[in-house]
Amino acid sequence: MAADSYEDIAVGKGDPIPALEVKPQDLYHAKSFWTRWIFCQDAKVIGIQYSLTAIAIGLVALVLSWLMRLQLAFPELVPFLGAAEYYQFVTMHGMIMVIYLLTALFLGGFGNFLIPLMVGARDMVFPYVNMVSFWVYFLAVLVLAASFFVPGGPTGAGWTLYPPQAITSGTPGGDGLGIILMLVSLSIFVVGFTMGGLNYVITILQARTRGMTLMRMPLTIWGIFTATVLALFAFPALIVSCIMMTLDNLLGTSFFMPAIVEFGEQSEYSGGSPILFQHLFWFFGHPEVYIVALPAFGIVSDLISIHARKNIFGYRMMVWAIVIIGALSFIVWAHHMYVAGMNPWFGFFFATTTLIIAVPTALKVYNWVITLWKGNIQLTIPMLFALGFIVTFVNGGITGLFLGNVIVDVPLSDTYFVVAHFHMVMGIAPVLVVFGAIYHWFPLITGRFLHEGMGKFHFWVTFLGSYAIYFPMHYLGFVGVPRRYYEMYDSEFMAVSTNYLNQFITVMAIIVGFAQLLFLFNIIVSSKFGKLSGKNPWKACSLEWRTPEVPPGHGNFGKELPVVYRWAYDFSVPGAKEDYIPQDVGPSEVPEAKAEQT
Amino acid sequence: MENTDTSVKIVVPPKQGAFKEWASDQKAFKGVPWGKAMMWIFLVSDTFVFSIFLISYMTVRFSTKVEWPNASEVFGLHVGHYNVPLLLIAIMTFILITSSGTMALAVKYGYEKNKKMCGWLMLATAVLGASFVGMQAFEWTKLIHEGVRPWENPFGAPQFGAIFFMVTGFHGTHVTIGVIFLFIMTWKTFRGHFDTGKRGYFTSQKSDYEAIEIMGLYWHFVDLVWVFIFAFFYLW
Repeated sequence: MAADSYEDIAVGKGDPIPALEVKPQDLYHAKSFWTRWIFCQDAKVIGIQYSLTAIAIGLVALVLSWLMRLQLAFPELVPFLGAAEYYQFVTMHGMIMVIYLLTALFLGGFGNFLIPLMVGARDMVFPYVNMVSFWVYFLAVLVLAASFFVPGGPTGAGWTLYPPQAITSGTPGGDGLGIILMLVSLSIFVVGFTMGGLNYVITILQARTRGMTLMRMPLTIWGIFTATVLALFAFPALIVSCIMMTLDNLLGTSFFMPAIVEFGEQSEYSGGSPILFQHLFWFFGHPEVYIVALPAFGIVSDLISIHARKNIFGYRMMVWAIVIIGALSFIVWAHHMYVAGMNPWFGFFFATTTLIIAVPTALKVYNWVITLWKGNIQLTIPMLFALGFIVTFVNGGITGLFLGNVIVDVPLSDTYFVVAHFHMVMGIAPVLVVFGAIYHWFPLITGRFLHEGMGKFHFWVTFLGSYAIYFPMHYLGFVGVPRRYYEMYDSEFMAVSTNYLNQFITVMAIIVGFAQLLFLFNIIVSSKFGKLSGKNPWKACSLEWRTPEVPPGHGNFGKELPVVYRWAYDFSVPGAKEDYIPQDVGPSEVPEAKAEQT
Repeated sequence: MENTDTSVKIVVPPKQGAFKEWASDQKAFKGVPWGKAMMWIFLVSDTFVFSIFLISYMTVRFSTKVEWPNASEVFGLHVGHYNVPLLLIAIMTFILITSSGTMALAVKYGYEKNKKMCGWLMLATAVLGASFVGMQAFEWTKLIHEGVRPWENPFGAPQFGAIFFMVTGFHGTHVTIGVIFLFIMTWKTFRGHFDTGKRGYFTSQKSDYEAIEIMGLYWHFVDLVWVFIFAFFYLW
């Protein structure tokens, strides 16, 4: 049972302690089942609520992708799936995976669970707002899911929702409730996220424990922090464009709608700018890529360092690379719009900024690899996933260089090459990190390991399987197989061999999908019957493993908040008895260690 | 190694450069309470919202081929025999800027723990804000009577009505939310919640006069946004 009030009493261990600047946090203490588990204000529970909701809606998107793949390869197996359904599934699959699964999971899930623990806070700074944030997100998911059940079904405009076709009557869901529910759901999501995002940013900036300087924070926190800042500045573009498109649809305004002829009739619209929507959407959409990627970068840095028992190489460079990638991500958005046509000078500008992003990104990849070099690599499951991430991310990143060039992008833009690129870089790579992170922090959440055999199986099937899915797609793209087509069979300009590749991809997609179900089974079974992990099973240095109870209790750190003396990467310090020195161990406790001061 | 000395050594770090201090432990912005920092970052995010609204307005104004209505004719008022351009807007702007002044004074008296003055000034701010919303409702009514709709208007480009109602509506919503919170805070001030540190009904956090300053930040921001809307919609 937690104490009613926490006092921060510093018991001297002989090491100097910085003066206390943060006032002790006044926590809400839950008294009933409802306030403890449902309307809970504890960030750890909120993080789990976020994660479970995101995974649940993500499973829907997984099933949709199966159906799409079946339609492409074996259309006779899914006779109920027509063109309209196919486009609806494409749209919902993309939107769910990018926003409702990955964004919510990385920031809402991992952010909530890890930020207070890793920076040494008792909770988020505004626990009540944090709770509301989750429930608003939950509402957004419900509204989104509701669009499957309205007349006309969900919108089939493609996940980018480009006008004019998003709200014209020929598009599935375009003249019904589908598109409106999508826009409303996105707006609700932005509102909910803003509440949570403010919490994450302020907790990291203003509520760290004593000794936790910015340059001692684990890179996970840096990644989540920068991504949250990006989200707070990028989501406004999304919510504004959603509002404007809703008005175009409901009130007949013409923000995005030019004068067009629809089914032989002149529409009521005139004078709007569809390109404006593209600009707004991608001003949100490109930072969104890094909202997903930066937390993955951060988490994978920690996984590699911990499981290679070696400090992360170039910590400061890693931090600055994250910040620079975040800043650059706001001035590259039009590279998604090359095929929309633009002034060559703009194309030149956006191609240049896009290619410049490759510099800090490549720097990070080199640093991960150099961290591994001469490390004491433990091939644990989190490490396997981290290695898988490096490979898939390099692959996806290099194809990004192809697509960043206007002249190469234009012919490739409407082919499977793009599908392969963004699934590799934004789908597979971050998802591998999600898995690695779950295997890594599951002992902290439940006190038990996930089953190792199932975990290894899950890794190899997922990693090799996703290569089997997406590698052939690059080839399909080069030979000119167009994306967004719902039927491949009777298209004469495509070689017959592409049909066989399509069937191969579909079979692999179904196998990889089933591997994820095994993973879910592993989670459910291991949370009850898994091997007990004890405290700090991976011998990590960061604060989340230093709580008095595992799993961490209410208020995280017992009576006394930890005091931080070092960075989160003091592995294999020369002279030290253990191969790791946790962040809250003072210099006088490990006098034999010849650690560099950080 | 035995260590018998268990007394606490508190170390005050020496004054360093701004960057070092910013990156130091516990707080990036020293002495800034959580709520205030959160409001600042929220306002930056909200600045993006309004900037995107205004950029969209400019884009649409250029993209439409129909002529844009003349603001000083559309927003004029008939006073006696004269057609005074921008009269109502001038009054509205004056009122909103005045409310910023009363808000600033309320913050000052709040920090002096002068409950009475703070409360009355908060009330004045709330009333001024409410009258702004009232006048905006009047302006909307007038325009609607003249036939301005989100999808069409008798003066020119249909986007004029659309963007006008959307942006002033969005700003008006901000003012309305501000007024509601101002009234709540006025009530809390007079009840002495900020003096006794009474816990909030929802958040269960202790009330503090900081809340008045945070409210003030929001209110000044809403005023600042109005200045831009005024410039871009009524003067351009």
